[in-house]
Amino acid sequence: MIPEIGNFALIVGLFLAITLGVLPIVGAARNNAVLMGVARPLAAGQFVFLGVALLCLTYAFVANDFSVLYVAQHSNTQLPTIYRISAVWGGHEGSLLLWAFLLSVWTLAVALYSKHLPEEMVARVLGVMGLIAVGFLLFMLLTSNPFDRLLPAAADGRDLNPLLQDPGLVIHPPMLYMGYVGFSVAFAFAIAALLGGRLDATWARWSRPWTTVAWVFMTLGIALGSWWAYYELGWGGWWFWDPVENASFMPWLIGTALMHSLAVTEKRNAFKSWTVLLAITAFSLSLLGTFLVRSGVLTSVHSFASDPKRGIFILTFLVIVIGVSLLLFAWRAPKIGLGGKFDPLSRESLLLSNNVLLSVAAASVFIGTLYPLFMDALGQGKLSVGPPYFEAVFVPLMIPMILMMGLGPLARWKKVDAPELAKRVRWAFGAALVIALLLPLTMGEWNVMVSLGLLLAFWIITSVSLSLYERLAGRDDFMQRLHGQSLSYYGMQLAHLGVAVFIIGVTMVKGYETERDVRMDVGDVLNTGGYEFRFNGVTEEQGPNYVAGRGHVTISKDGKVVTELYPEKRQYNVSGMPMTEAAIDAGVLGDLYVSLGEPIPDSNGAWAVRVYIKPFVDWIWAGCLLMSLGGVLAISDRRYRIHNKRKAAAPLEEKTA
Amino acid sequence: MKYLLILLFTLLPAFSYAGEAKDMAADPVLEQRMIGLAEKLRCLVCQNESLASSHAELAEDLRREVREQMQKGMTDQEIIDYLVSRYGDFVLYDPPVKASTLVLWYGPFALLLIGAGVLVFQLRKRRSQIAEPQLSDADAHRAAELLEQSEKPEELMKKDPQA
Amino acid sequence: MMRFILPFVVFVVLAVFLAIGLNLNPREVPSPLVGKPAPAFTLPQLHESTKQFSPSDMKGQVWLLNVWASWCVSCKEEHPVLMELSRRNIVPIYGLDYKDKQADAELWLKKGGDPYVLSVADTEGRIGIDYGVYGVPETYVIDKQGVIQYKQIGPVTPQSLTEKILPLVAELQAK
Repeated sequence: MIPEIGNFALIVGLFLAITLGVLPIVGAARNNAVLMGVARPLAAGQFVFLGVALLCLTYAFVANDFSVLYVAQHSNTQLPTIYRISAVWGGHEGSLLLWAFLLSVWTLAVALYSKHLPEEMVARVLGVMGLIAVGFLLFMLLTSNPFDRLLPAAADGRDLNPLLQDPGLVIHPPMLYMGYVGFSVAFAFAIAALLGGRLDATWARWSRPWTTVAWVFMTLGIALGSWWAYYELGWGGWWFWDPVENASFMPWLIGTALMHSLAVTEKRNAFKSWTVLLAITAFSLSLLGTFLVRSGVLTSVHSFASDPKRGIFILTFLVIVIGVSLLLFAWRAPKIGLGGKFDPLSRESLLLSNNVLLSVAAASVFIGTLYPLFMDALGQGKLSVGPPYFEAVFVPLMIPMILMMGLGPLARWKKVDAPELAKRVRWAFGAALVIALLLPLTMGEWNVMVSLGLLLAFWIITSVSLSLYERLAGRDDFMQRLHGQSLSYYGMQLAHLGVAVFIIGVTMVKGYETERDVRMDVGDVLNTGGYEFRFNGVTEEQGPNYVAGRGHVTISKDGKVVTELYPEKRQYNVSGMPMTEAAIDAGVLGDLYVSLGEPIPDSNGAWAVRVYIKPFVDWIWAGCLLMSLGGVLAISDRRYRIHNKRKAAAPLEEKTA
Repeated sequence: MKYLLILLFTLLPAFSYAGEAKDMAADPVLEQRMIGLAEKLRCLVCQNESLASSHAELAEDLRREVREQMQKGMTDQEIIDYLVSRYGDFVLYDPPVKASTLVLWYGPFALLLIGAGVLVFQLRKRRSQIAEPQLSDADAHRAAELLEQSEKPEELMKKDPQA
Repeated sequence: MMRFILPFVVFVVLAVFLAIGLNLNPREVPSPLVGKPAPAFTLPQLHESTKQFSPSDMKGQVWLLNVWASWCVSCKEEHPVLMELSRRNIVPIYGLDYKDKQADAELWLKKGGDPYVLSVADTEGRIGIDYGVYGVPETYVIDKQGVIQYKQIGPVTPQSLTEKILPLVAELQAK
């Protein structure tokens, strides 16, 4: 019964989405206030019904309703409740439902926080989002319905992939999807502006906070995924350039470019057509990612079971959404004005150069990810493109980008006096250079790549410090100056510092990690990297739905015990899949990482043990966290909150709508 | 108490024969070279994993093959050539530069040049296209009136010498 | 204003590629060995391990080398097809028993029938690597000069037999 309610709610959701996609847009074209006015209630209704659908599926999981095919495929009675809930998005159908639900959340959010916008703009934005929802709901109902019944019901389910039975994977997909879907708001604003021909600095100001929120979610989502890979896959890698990772990285790069481009458009009313194109591209890449993951055109570790019918459907959807928006762009963009004047060397031009580099970086990821497909389609044979390629191409593109990233916030709008800027930054750059050359020496081994990485990181740090110094130092009241800067300024600097922290993490772990793959008898010790690892043997432990061999490793330094680690080797009851649970002692200066290999045959309890020392590895994710916090600070800026106050002061607007 | 006992039992042998752990590989230096090479090679039967990280049987066999060829004194390039002659370019995560991969390897940098070129061109064009806002006489008069009420006109002159 | 239509054009090209990509199998890797001499090996025969077999024994004949194993699931699927082919006596089939245990392999042939003139045992899978085997079953068509002319990845089906393998064999035999 409950699954039928879910199914029914999905169908109602579809009809609401269709209505939302048609009436308000027609209303905006005809200037019909009644038709435009239905947008907000429809958005709310869509949210309610998709929420009900998601709850029904969750209920089916929690109640172990194995008469639902999707539940039978992705759950099991032994599965702990928390993973039964996360199993809702553990497969293709359910993750689509999550996608659609989150889209309705964003649609509702736009409906609620758009009281200060002109009614026709709101109608168009919500309408475009409704049309996107139509595509996804149709896709779900026609090819991948999570509520399909399995008759007769299975006695028990096939269990959730053990890789996904992890706290990190409970929140990673919702975060990432919030990001993917969030770019639909910037997209909808862009399309609405193109439709209405109203493309100006106000448009940029409206879409900016939405873009930033989506970007924050996406940053967190990607970081969580990477962190999960680090501790769950058992060998301490954190990024693999897998097609699915790239599918999330491309919209992130373009989204980053979009945030910066929106700044130019908002402040200087310039490069509007470029900004619109970026907004369309960011969301198009989100959709493309969905296609790549679910159609089976590329092989990836994470692909969902592929089905050609699904591939054809998403491709058709992709062609309609992206094709129509790009045609609309081609039709409307030529009429967009040029905006404010600025010099070839100015903060504007620096931001645009950053845009070029980010876009080229995204293009290189795109080319690398899809090249095997292109070659195969052209009959040029099969080839693989992997980490060596991406590292060789991506890193050189990032170097000029980071160098400019230091200059951008110091440069003035409109016109930069190059010699003056050079004079201002020379000490900052010099300091970064000295630190970068000397710091590796303290690690015992000097190496060019480490120095280069540190130069980039410290260049960001010193230039951010310089900017803060220039703005905050002075004879008058420091506190007053501190408060005088906008939150978005602090947000930007914090996000930039996040990049620096990230680069330090990547550089140090690449340059100085140590790895040992050893055979350890009970009582054996391993001395490496200044630590002593003592292996105390493996005991058997019973988990809720697995049996684990639980190792016990004592780590000491200079005779003092630092920590005890308990890496596990699990065997899941239902799937029989073995899983490695690494044990990690995380620290600011680095992680001690121990994972169990296999037991050594014909021995007295000896195991193959992998020991890694990963200096500064947590800085990678700390950097991502700082970037996200920067984004949060930026959207807390007064200039975006003012509107909310005005909204509260003018409830009349609402009633006339 | 039970935990203590277990601990005691697991620790007991520790005192009897504690030794330095031995590397899994007979020759750790060679093993490291093998892993370094295997990271650039693709496991053929896996979804998308390198030979170094895969647990598939074929991957283990291929690692053994690479190890043995290294022991025979073959260079990395010779081993790569051997594998490519058997499995094709598909095994390489680092595709060779040849006619069909020119776009792959140089495309991004070509795009960068194009992007930079277009940007410079656009910036130059903008400068010539956007004239400083020319004020009509009536506007100028009105502006001057407004300014007189708030700001001294000399300051405007300082800010914008062309006006 | 051509430059504004450019993103659309790029996207259309991309969409065409994606559409073609839907009909391709990214996991099937063509063999670079086609057109090259079959790698040499000398292995003991499965049934009589004192006797050896080498591809050079087959000079002057067109033959099939079928890689199989008793643990391989899709080999069961192709087995009747191979049995039928061996009955028709068109082309000799030789088996490469890949990473198998002798007892299992012999039992398997006893149960399902033995379509092979003879099989050799590649216990450690080394010859498999030499032949670029990455999934069992795989079948090679080798000509009179000992050159590999075709590689079938996955089970031989009646369709692949009539459409590809048998015409090729007839052509090679006529040469």
